Amino acid sequence: MIKVMDAIRFETSPERYKHWRLELSGAETTGVARLVMDVKEDQGLGEYVLKQNSYDLGVDIELADAIQRIRFEHPEVRAIVFTSAKDRIFCSGANIYMLGTSSHAFKVNFCKFTNETRLHLEEASAASGIRSIAALNGVAAGGGYELALACDEIYLQEDGNSAVSLPECPLLAVLPGTGGLTRLVDKRKVRRDHADVFCTVAEGIKGKRAKEWRLVDDVIAKSRFDAATSKRAEELAKASPRAQAKGPGLPLAPLEVQRSIGENVGDRIVSQYRYVTLTIDPKKRVAELEVRGPDHEPPKSGDELRKLGNGWWALRAFRELEDALLDLRFNFLEVGLLVVRSRGDGGKVVAHDKALAALAAQDWLANEIALLQRRVLKRVDVTSRSIFTLVDEGSCFAGSVLELALASDRVYMKDDEDHEDAIRLALSPANFGALPMGNGLTRLQSRFLNEPERAEELRGHEAPMTTQEALKAGLVTIAPDAIDWDDEVRVAIEERAAMSPDAMTGMEASLRYGGPETLETKIFGRLSAWQNWIFTRPNATGQKGALTMYGQPERAEFDWRRA
Amino acid sequence: MSTVVNDTKIPNNVDLSSDKKLQRALEQWQPNFLDWWLEMGPEGFQQDQVWLRTAVSVDSDGWANFDYVKMPDYRWGIFLADKVPDRKIHFGDHIGQPVWNEVPGEHRNALRRLIVTQADTEPASVEQQRLLGQTCPSLYDLRNLFQVNVEEGRHLWAMVYLLHSYFGRDGREEAEALLQRRSGDPDKPRILGAFNAPCTNWLSFFMFTYFTDRDGKYQLLALAESGFDPLSRTTRFMLTEEAHHMFVGETGVQRIVERTCQLMKQAGMSEDVRKASAIDLPTIQKYLNLWFSLSLDLFGGEVSSNAAAFFAAGLKGRAFEDKEYTEHTALGQAYAMEQPKDGRITREEIALRNAMNEVLRDQYVQDSQRGVDKWNRVLEREGIDFRFTLPSRRFHRHIGLWADVAATPSGELISKEQFEQRKGEWLPTEADETYVRSLMTKPVYEKGKMANWIAPPPRGIKGQPVEYEYVRRTEA
Ligand SMILES: [Fe+2]
Ligand SMILES: [Fe+2]
Repeated sequence: MIKVMDAIRFETSPERYKHWRLELSGAETTGVARLVMDVKEDQGLGEYVLKQNSYDLGVDIELADAIQRIRFEHPEVRAIVFTSAKDRIFCSGANIYMLGTSSHAFKVNFCKFTNETRLHLEEASAASGIRSIAALNGVAAGGGYELALACDEIYLQEDGNSAVSLPECPLLAVLPGTGGLTRLVDKRKVRRDHADVFCTVAEGIKGKRAKEWRLVDDVIAKSRFDAATSKRAEELAKASPRAQAKGPGLPLAPLEVQRSIGENVGDRIVSQYRYVTLTIDPKKRVAELEVRGPDHEPPKSGDELRKLGNGWWALRAFRELEDALLDLRFNFLEVGLLVVRSRGDGGKVVAHDKALAALAAQDWLANEIALLQRRVLKRVDVTSRSIFTLVDEGSCFAGSVLELALASDRVYMKDDEDHEDAIRLALSPANFGALPMGNGLTRLQSRFLNEPERAEELRGHEAPMTTQEALKAGLVTIAPDAIDWDDEVRVAIEERAAMSPDAMTGMEASLRYGGPETLETKIFGRLSAWQNWIFTRPNATGQKGALTMYGQPERAEFDWRRA
Repeated sequence: MSTVVNDTKIPNNVDLSSDKKLQRALEQWQPNFLDWWLEMGPEGFQQDQVWLRTAVSVDSDGWANFDYVKMPDYRWGIFLADKVPDRKIHFGDHIGQPVWNEVPGEHRNALRRLIVTQADTEPASVEQQRLLGQTCPSLYDLRNLFQVNVEEGRHLWAMVYLLHSYFGRDGREEAEALLQRRSGDPDKPRILGAFNAPCTNWLSFFMFTYFTDRDGKYQLLALAESGFDPLSRTTRFMLTEEAHHMFVGETGVQRIVERTCQLMKQAGMSEDVRKASAIDLPTIQKYLNLWFSLSLDLFGGEVSSNAAAFFAAGLKGRAFEDKEYTEHTALGQAYAMEQPKDGRITREEIALRNAMNEVLRDQYVQDSQRGVDKWNRVLEREGIDFRFTLPSRRFHRHIGLWADVAATPSGELISKEQFEQRKGEWLPTEADETYVRSLMTKPVYEKGKMANWIAPPPRGIKGQPVEYEYVRRTEA
């Protein structure tokens, strides 16, 4: 188990960035920010050297933070230009030695996080009008090109050197797993045979052909490159609907989490946030997540919203939830089961949801908060832990908090006639569209694939439901009697925590995503799954596997049998 | 003994006429090559009759035929060294297997990259040197410049032959691209750094042919070991021509040093020798520092997985792999490599295969020292205390481990600020460049005459006197 001190932390801010520069000069007039990648070789999280603008988790945490902060703090920014401060290299992707030396679990979590970051970049464009341009002023290889693929437009500098490539297959015997394969054919609609050629030529493709094959949007001579890409970014910024967003932005405040470990908390590790508490029980391999409902009135206007700022429950609780989830994912690998509880007033949750929805329709900042909730809940969906939600007295599973229950693999709700009023579930407008899953459906729609009308019928059902009503509505898995509750829940938790972690990961990932496929579900469900399988195969990570042998004097050896 | 077919448009010993497809591809490329030559080749001399050697076969008497020829009429041919019967791959993972006569699919891309990178240097140097004729110090030197130029052109042919015959459409596209890149053009530069650096005076030219062509020599030596036999045979023959280029550089610098010593003595040793219009020794050292360090970069990163892969696959060996090494897998061995760490220099053990670029660089540095010793012997003979030295390989580097640190020519690590302050002591300044070029404003076309800043060569070429009319000017 990781000591609290050595754990990976996800909070950062621009003045602490080591590897990125967020350049905002001129943004007030042009609407364009530049995110300049300048990775410090010796400042990786591990013992490797981050050569050639290659990245590790630390680099990507900064990137994720930068995108998030642009959304909240810089309404004037309507386009981001991604470029590199290094000569001849844009980005050479995830650091190979980092991948080669990390545990399987870390690799998987790393890829998941980087995938989320890239999806967030795409969502910033689709939902917030923050366009992005990849200005490839050097070689964009592997994850470097995958980052470009997540941008709206890709421009490649023509200088005889700059090229785009996905060398993972030929060089490392793994996949371009950060969305690369999926985005090539699904997003950029590169012809599958062209993509096949592209993905097997280690040195990649440049010039005319890169454009012909739609790998990039244009190839521009070096002498005109900066001017042309800046101009294009300004055009995109001008046409963006975010031009209506009025400042000032909201600087995201530190989360101020209190972490404690050891005897006074019974050998548990407790992370205490304002509205969230994450308690890890290492012995039982169970984590408990408690989410607390609002303890203040919702804002009724943009001004009130800004006065509340970071303090608004709708923002703060979900930021805390996100941080706790990432903490769980990276720092507590052996925890197999996440038990979700809530405490508070469901009615207040609904009131805040409604206030948020009303404000979001007209205020960019409120809209950003709603989108953040959406992203955080999506992180729950792809978290590879069994999730059980427990609904009991004093819980506030309503609206946006109910989404946590709907994201769970099972929902247990206590059936207690004596305390019927204290044990309730409630819906709010937030359950009907604002918080879709990666498959494009709401969690209610995903739940009732067999009876699509059922999700619709629930719309407008505002009254809090009793256990029996919730059970009938299909929102609850099991409703143990009050007398049996403790035992039933304990046994369910113990039983689940004893199951094979691999089987559970695969089972849950498959069951959670019924319904249609989207780019997102393909990335997490198809590309990542193949990648994670390949990561465990000898051809990649065995003693003589290509990933292991990369940079070694000997060459990889393959087991030629197709599996 | 290979047969030479000279009745086609393209002299060759590869039986081109029996491969119509290849012949057609090359014949299609030829006019584009000529356009390139006329645009980017020696400017102002295309109509002159130049006394050049032309390779017509690979035998010892066949590859050095001398006659007057107009450069655009030069017969750029394709010549491979004779096949070694039963040749086996003799290093890397495939030791003992027969060499490849066709490109193995597995290594196709790597081979293409190796060939394109080598090929790109050939036209690049012609471009870099295209204006030098206009300031030539003698007809003898002018002819040597052109000899180097046409042979670099032939080297390009040799590489294009490989691309055309073994790499299909990709190869043909790469061959076209070789004619489209331009040295020093920021939009379409040549692939390697030193081949984009300006080479605009004759001191630079001699340093270039001494140091940068010598990089070429070592790259060719390493490729001559290749398990891809056509590459090996092509590069082996190129090496015979490369020797002359380095001769031009070595003797060129030597003659400048001789002349400077003479003028120093005439002026009285205390005088500023620039007053006598000589190139002073410290300036020569600065140009040496510049071109040596630029050439060191050409060998690539000290620790290189590409280099390891090339060696493992049997594509690129060490120079003199057979003669100088007894063990040819290079496995289980380490190379103790100096590396910068937190402002100090440490030594780290690197797997030998990954250090192959550095191994080649070692061989190169050693070889480079020989000419420097010769130049120093001139100084010694003339009783002058100054001595030339090769700068440390940490000095003025742009590629590899030393690219991000600054070092003095003696290899001492200093801050980047200090380097900026002091670089004028070590590298040619604008004023140095202006001065050197001020000596070379006019060409010397009179038979046997030398510019003031350079001594005559001890003898002419191929038995001809120094006064021979090596270039018959047709333009005024
Ligand atoms: Fe050459
Ligand atoms: Fe040469």
